[in-house]
Amino acid sequence: MNARQSPLLEIVDLAKTFPVYNAFGSRVGEVTAVDHVSFSIRRGGVYGLAGESGSGKSTIARLIMGLLTPTGGDVLLAGSNITGTLGTRAHSRQVQMVFQNPGSSLNPRRTIGQSVAVPLEAHGHPRADRRRRISELLEMVQLPASFAERYPHELSGGQKQRVAIARALAVAPQLVVLDEPTSALDVSVQAKVIDLLTSLGRQLDLTYLFISHDLSLMRNFADEVGVLYRGRIVESGPTAKVFEHPEHDYTRLLIASVPVISAEEEALRPKIPLIDGEIPTAEKLLALRESQRTIEVPKRT
Amino acid sequence: MSDDMVLREDAPRLSSAYQSWYRFSRNPTAMIGLVIVTVCVLAALLAPWITPYPDHIGAVVNFRARHLPPSTEYWFGTDNVGRDIFTRVIFGFRVSLLLAVVVLGTAIPIGTILGLTAGYFGGWVETVIMRFTDIALAIPPLVMALAVAAVLSPDLVNSMLAIAALWWTWHTRLIYSITRQLRAREFVEAAETLGASKFHILFREILPNCVSAIAVKTSLDCGFVILVGASLSFLGLGIQPPTPDLGTMVASGSAFLPDYWWESVLPGCAILFIALGFNLLGDGLRDLYDVENVR
Repeated sequence: MNARQSPLLEIVDLAKTFPVYNAFGSRVGEVTAVDHVSFSIRRGGVYGLAGESGSGKSTIARLIMGLLTPTGGDVLLAGSNITGTLGTRAHSRQVQMVFQNPGSSLNPRRTIGQSVAVPLEAHGHPRADRRRRISELLEMVQLPASFAERYPHELSGGQKQRVAIARALAVAPQLVVLDEPTSALDVSVQAKVIDLLTSLGRQLDLTYLFISHDLSLMRNFADEVGVLYRGRIVESGPTAKVFEHPEHDYTRLLIASVPVISAEEEALRPKIPLIDGEIPTAEKLLALRESQRTIEVPKRT
Repeated sequence: MSDDMVLREDAPRLSSAYQSWYRFSRNPTAMIGLVIVTVCVLAALLAPWITPYPDHIGAVVNFRARHLPPSTEYWFGTDNVGRDIFTRVIFGFRVSLLLAVVVLGTAIPIGTILGLTAGYFGGWVETVIMRFTDIALAIPPLVMALAVAAVLSPDLVNSMLAIAALWWTWHTRLIYSITRQLRAREFVEAAETLGASKFHILFREILPNCVSAIAVKTSLDCGFVILVGASLSFLGLGIQPPTPDLGTMVASGSAFLPDYWWESVLPGCAILFIALGFNLLGDGLRDLYDVENVR
């Protein structure tokens, strides 16, 4: 089982900064979106990347997909450095992505079948076999094969996201990046999509990078998590450990922000000091801790 | 309601083409435009069989019947050499529509390809294409037509050439701005991450989303091209007699105003009629696609 334990994806010191221009078009500085992030995902694992809006989660996904070019660091897939090939056709055969909003990631003017055929055409799947493969892919995500003739606006949000999943799996990738795949969906549909992803992962031996701000979903789905704050991973480890014994204040704040229903859940919730009678923002809380110096901020490499 | 209940496999569904047609048919001005355009196109196609004096399109002279007012025999009256104006107006539609088809048939593919390329690739490609477009836009079409007519000779082919040489710029700008917006959309990024070729992204992902805008612009442009073509022939830079052309007929009839008013007013009304038809149709298509984009 050595191959199973070895990491499929390794992110080493990945960095991305965006230049900032003033009104006259001259460069006045830069914004750091991803600040030297390192993590690895074991083959067949589900790595959850959590964080609030603007923490750099989606930027990391886009860097791994080659939609953005990193300003520093390396991406290793199965031990070989693929930083230079990000975004190429060869790369897309191994790494695929499911976007946040299926309403905009499917072309409104093309049928479901045409959309699912895109990766098949791009990677030279035999023309005669494409119809059969499209039906097979749709059935794999529990949609009737007849949906191939329909347009995206004729489908519900959950059905569209299933199509996006089928499309991402068409070329049998090793790694699938899920960028908030359920955040645009109804709560009742979210669980179904996650169940589908779980069973497909097992069936097809997929490795997932699951990006989300929804910690309750992450707790159920991911087996390892990294918490991202302002472009840095402030805490990472096995899901159970991070959720039960969060070490970093920001992680506690995130977990405390998850709405709870039962008293048992309430008891498990980390205690956060209230500032002015309400749950503080991350900035306020971290500033307060800094001034009290009660807890050392754990430094991770 | 559960996710899978929203649309069952066997749920009855109307084709989207039928839905579009239904909405279009409820728009009275759009329907008037469609009827006018259909009538003009059919009349032009069937001209030799439906006109009373099909031989009057040539250099026929019949001085006994010159300057006759509109009557049951000559619906639009006759001109200064005794030819039936109604017959010549219907044949004039042929020339006008041919002009519009040829000009737009060359301007649209050129403008679309340049606009897609500039909008998607950006950078120096965009700079080169769009600055060149700006320069071409700065040339007044009538001056261009004058130059072409002076260098070559004033006839139908050269007036087509002169109009088409500048008309692509409007399509380039339109497609460019749409492509700029679409480039950032997730379905384009999704196609990129799926390994699709640039050709596929431009022509299979982005272009289908431009089709409605192209259809609206084409319909509106048909009216404008016909007007520009008529202006050119009115100035004597376009189609030369005896070929029946609406602009030329207005020009030659204007010598006999106001006594023989029908000789220029009725061909003028025909220009108005066909241009109005295309404009109403274009407005109707725009209303239709605006609704569909909001959906």
